[in-house]
Amino acid sequence: MARLLTLIENQTQEGLDGLAALYPHTGRAHVVGITGAPGTGKSTLVNELARAFRGNPEDDQRAAAPTVAIVAVDPSSPFSGGAILGDRIRMRDLSGDPGVFIRSMASRGALGGLARGTAGVVQALDAAGYDKILIETVGAGQAEVDIARAAHTTLVVAAPGLGDDVQALKAGILEIADILVVNKADLPGADSTQSALRATLEMAHPDGGGLATAGHHAMVEEQPAPAEGWAVPVLATAAIKGDGVEALAKAIEDHRGYLIESGELAQRERARVRAEMESLLRDLLAERFLLRQSEARFEEALEKVITRSIDPRRAVSQLVLEAQAEA
Amino acid sequence: MTPPGADMQPKLRILIAKPGLDGHDRGAKVIARALRDAGMEVIYTGLRQTPEMIAEAALQEDVDAIGLSILSGAHMALVPRILEVLRGQGQGHVKLLLGGIIPDEDLPALRELGVAAVFGPGTRTDAVSEAFLNAVGEGLARG
Repeated sequence: MARLLTLIENQTQEGLDGLAALYPHTGRAHVVGITGAPGTGKSTLVNELARAFRGNPEDDQRAAAPTVAIVAVDPSSPFSGGAILGDRIRMRDLSGDPGVFIRSMASRGALGGLARGTAGVVQALDAAGYDKILIETVGAGQAEVDIARAAHTTLVVAAPGLGDDVQALKAGILEIADILVVNKADLPGADSTQSALRATLEMAHPDGGGLATAGHHAMVEEQPAPAEGWAVPVLATAAIKGDGVEALAKAIEDHRGYLIESGELAQRERARVRAEMESLLRDLLAERFLLRQSEARFEEALEKVITRSIDPRRAVSQLVLEAQAEA
Repeated sequence: MTPPGADMQPKLRILIAKPGLDGHDRGAKVIARALRDAGMEVIYTGLRQTPEMIAEAALQEDVDAIGLSILSGAHMALVPRILEVLRGQGQGHVKLLLGGIIPDEDLPALRELGVAAVFGPGTRTDAVSEAFLNAVGEGLARG
């Protein structure tokens, strides 16, 4: 499995062939995305959530407990291309449990907070039979949108005192959350952070329709949000103590239940596949084009733009037209 | 023209761990940063790792090499145990590099066990990065 994940990450032919073979077996796992600003305790929370899903090691029922795969994404250095992937440190408790698989990934220059290979890695883990796949990423700009597309249930984690109540008002973050979590709830200010988040939710949806429903629909198709929908809960946890984690695990299960019952799972899946295909299409076309593009001609165009004899949009347009004419 | 984001070469994945009861991790962190600056992806697992935890992480993360930081003097007990667990899992190809307080007289024995390189205090970080690159490169060449 680990070897296959490496091949997928490196986008080798072997990896792509492997993915093609196992794709029919995907679609069973519950994919949960966890995002939020750095310092909010996401890794610790993921650790505790996995423990909650796995239950007690001494329990006879353990064999029936859901298996958990964790994909932890950390940013690659834009200068060296390397990365320090340190999320495993917070997950010591999970070691030795055969029902848990933890994989660290570097973003490798992807702008969205998820590595390009993440979708493939998640699909491989899904096909391998993991019941819950937890994707952890750093929230940074557009990252939230990426993870909302990749996951069935998206958690946005905030913490008191990090200015998050203000940050949370930034459009996009709240909209993609299916569950809002105020972690480090043992710290002062946790209550006001929770209230601020609840207030923001209510402002956006005075009729209590649930922000997440509208957000996802708005991203996908232009449709008014249904009157009933999922009401985004704001939960408090202190992951390091394990407080509030059981309630969070339950909320995640409830959300899955809601998605299935309401038929929204199918809608989101459709949106996810569409987004993935569009992204792959863009990548493939750009790659094909650039591989055929001569370095020299591009440099020529670059010079023209720098000397202001042409604007960048027209320069690129010309390059594309020329390439098409020659094709 | 090369498409942006195209991976010219696969990235090296290195596990950095401190086995045993050793509590000083500054050295390990310095090495982790140096390897990152050399373009490698470093899975940093921190303190108090058991051989089983190290092997499990190495397996799941499909690492190319493991850097162990041992300041406690327990290397002659820890290294064989770690190698044993790794081999038991089919990870015998993973290169092991050792840093910390390692007396010279132990070097031959460690080499014998299969340790690819040993660094004492004061080793320059670029020498360390190079050693990792070489160790993994050797393994790849041998196939």
